Amino acid sequence: MYQGVIIAGFGGQGVVSMGILLAYSGMVDGKNVTFFPAYGAEMRGGTANCTVVVSSEEVASPVVSRLDTLVVMNEPSLLKFEPQVKPGGRLIINSSLVNAKPKRTDIKITYIPANEIAKEVGSTKIANMVMMGAYAELTGAVPIATIKESIPKVYTRAKKEIVEMNYKAVDRGAEAVKK
Amino acid sequence: MEKVFERTRGLTEVRMRYCPGCGHGIAHRLVGEVIEELGVREKTICVGPVGCSVFADEYFNCDAIQGAHGRGPAIATGIKRTHPDLVVFSYQGDGDLASIGMAETIHSASRGENITIIFINNGIYGMTGGQMAPTTLLGMWSTTSPAGRKAEVEGYPFHMCELLSSLEGATYLERVAMNKAANIIKARKAVKKAFQTQIEKKGFSMVELLSPCPTDWAMPPLEALKFLEEKMIPYYPLGVYKDWEEKVEEKEPEKVGVEK
Amino acid sequence: MGERILMKGNEAMAEGAVRAGCRFFAGYPITPQNEVPEYMSWRLPEVGGFFIQAESEVAASNMLFGAAACGVRVMTSSSSPGISLKQEGISYCAGADLPIFYADIVRGGPGLGNIAPSQGNYFQATRGGGHGDYQVIVLAPNSVSEMANFPRLCYELAFKYRVPAMISADGILGQMMEPIEFDFEPIDPDTLPKPDWAIGDATGRERRVVKSYDLRVGAVEKQNWERNKRFEAIRTNEVRYQLEYEEGAELIVAAYGSCARVAKSAVMMARSEGLKVGIMRPITLWPFPTEVLNELAGRVENILVMEMNLGQMVQDVKLAVEGKARVHFYGRPAGGIPTSEEFLQKIKEAIKGGPVIPIDPEDI
Repeated sequence: MYQGVIIAGFGGQGVVSMGILLAYSGMVDGKNVTFFPAYGAEMRGGTANCTVVVSSEEVASPVVSRLDTLVVMNEPSLLKFEPQVKPGGRLIINSSLVNAKPKRTDIKITYIPANEIAKEVGSTKIANMVMMGAYAELTGAVPIATIKESIPKVYTRAKKEIVEMNYKAVDRGAEAVKK
Repeated sequence: MEKVFERTRGLTEVRMRYCPGCGHGIAHRLVGEVIEELGVREKTICVGPVGCSVFADEYFNCDAIQGAHGRGPAIATGIKRTHPDLVVFSYQGDGDLASIGMAETIHSASRGENITIIFINNGIYGMTGGQMAPTTLLGMWSTTSPAGRKAEVEGYPFHMCELLSSLEGATYLERVAMNKAANIIKARKAVKKAFQTQIEKKGFSMVELLSPCPTDWAMPPLEALKFLEEKMIPYYPLGVYKDWEEKVEEKEPEKVGVEK
Repeated sequence: MGERILMKGNEAMAEGAVRAGCRFFAGYPITPQNEVPEYMSWRLPEVGGFFIQAESEVAASNMLFGAAACGVRVMTSSSSPGISLKQEGISYCAGADLPIFYADIVRGGPGLGNIAPSQGNYFQATRGGGHGDYQVIVLAPNSVSEMANFPRLCYELAFKYRVPAMISADGILGQMMEPIEFDFEPIDPDTLPKPDWAIGDATGRERRVVKSYDLRVGAVEKQNWERNKRFEAIRTNEVRYQLEYEEGAELIVAAYGSCARVAKSAVMMARSEGLKVGIMRPITLWPFPTEVLNELAGRVENILVMEMNLGQMVQDVKLAVEGKARVHFYGRPAGGIPTSEEFLQKIKEAIKGGPVIPIDPEDI
């Protein structure tokens, strides 16, 4: 099993913390993982992205040029990273904020209104957790239970009710993409 | 016969290589006497400069370290932070302290590093042969201000005690001169007070000693003393610029801003 | 020990240094190494250590010089332009035989360059770095685990040979997170023997002097020869490297640090396509693994050096190989991060004997 993923969006959409959660959950699940964020100037108000690899084998390169999965939280990220998805790879789009349509026809595409779902759960701030749930359900890279188990360990400063809200968001994201 | 005077144990017996009429020898002796008198010789670290007194590590009878030009206060910071019970002094000339080492000087003072600086101001680069220093007087000749220092060309000399006195971290600053016995006695008191400031953990202390340099001023020693009295002292007034004993106690600052 | 934790490279290195006995850190902010001083600023006081944000890199390196002279395990970290400034203090430490540990999280240059990952400072690191005739031990980790565990090795070697030791990494290794395990128990520096050269409380002993200068005729030359004996001992005893997939290899790829991770992916892809390719990763950039390369050169016709620069380590490879094999080079400078597919293509060019075609700048 090998998943090379880029998660991309605006700064503040929680793409980096989603990446860390994915890497952490993969580690808890006994996988080899790497997490590599875009850093520096790009962090300041602009777009943010990170690369995560989850693999049952040793991870050699932490840099992934051909993506198994791309998670886009906003429109500029779609334009930037769409060409990097492998043929047959997967693209998960936050349709709440992305109006443009992808051009690729050789990949699997899933639309999920992450902001709307997150708002229903309690806050648009946890749209990233909705995407996390959808990602896990679609790829099977990490069990949903492991992700939930990891949430309080990664967000150590989060209050109990926030953690509960995150659980719900992950579940709702997973449900939304279930066939 | 009763022994009434002996060589200070604060200095080694190595013969100093300073020029006739130079002030470094006097300053060394004052520091040596003070560290002996205060009983801290074995806990004292001398930080040597680059300049004529680069050999300071051979003359002071204590552990010593010799580092890069102007970095004495940084080196002293590294020692003192990790060993707060040692007595650390940085011995520096004007080029070292007020030119290349200006940032280290100002920041160590502003941080209130509990160290002592012995600052020898003779207004000239001695070791390298008489180039202009940051404290060279206006109108004064040097090998790199051959027309005499002009404010519009070379800028103005630095008044280090005055400059540092605006910093909250500096707790004891005094300017003294080594031109005559009465002033040298005052200089010794200042040096002692500076070391006491450190021993009592009061913060940054510096003594600026106006010092003759007959060789690079290109005049006989006696004329150099006269030059010091007539030209240096009026431009660099003697006296105490900061004294912690007159300082109002500060309160712990309240926390402001946001913690991320 | 034993526990797997997910850590960022820079923080893992800082924690590794603390566990290895570091008790003094002086630094200055610069991307992409800011996590190191930030971590040290709260972590060192926890273990009775001292952190200081200096007024400049120059001052930081000289604070290190002072604390190191007292025998303290010290550290600083920076990135390219900051490391250039720190060369002052590092050269003085080398000249005064003081053990220090520092890290360069290399970014693109020259000048201010950019903040992207780079290996453009290979020459600077492996040729001493500052003025004078000296070497520093250079370790090049390629994982967060090595970032965490190499500080201990740096202190061990630095104190054993009384030379500076450094970690040369980049923004990938500094910023990435991986599960790590520390391979050593935390070291309490108070339990280590106090060096007999350290200055400090001189009660009951002769006074000591730490300095790099000596104006007596011949004195510094003699000192340099004495130091060279230690350099020779390091060259003999401390070479470290990793050799993989060398079985039946027709081509050896040489790469270090994060670049070696990408290169290894390419080598694995090449092997899966049936190409006989091995990879040699220098772990110590100085001392350089000269002998193993020389020996490999007798067995393979082609060696391909891959670097994130314009070709620096390739010169050491050529010196090591002594003409016994054809040495090819492929590099991406100043933030060009090569992909494994890109490297695979170059492997295919090199295994046929070349030419290995450089990237066309128009394609960047």
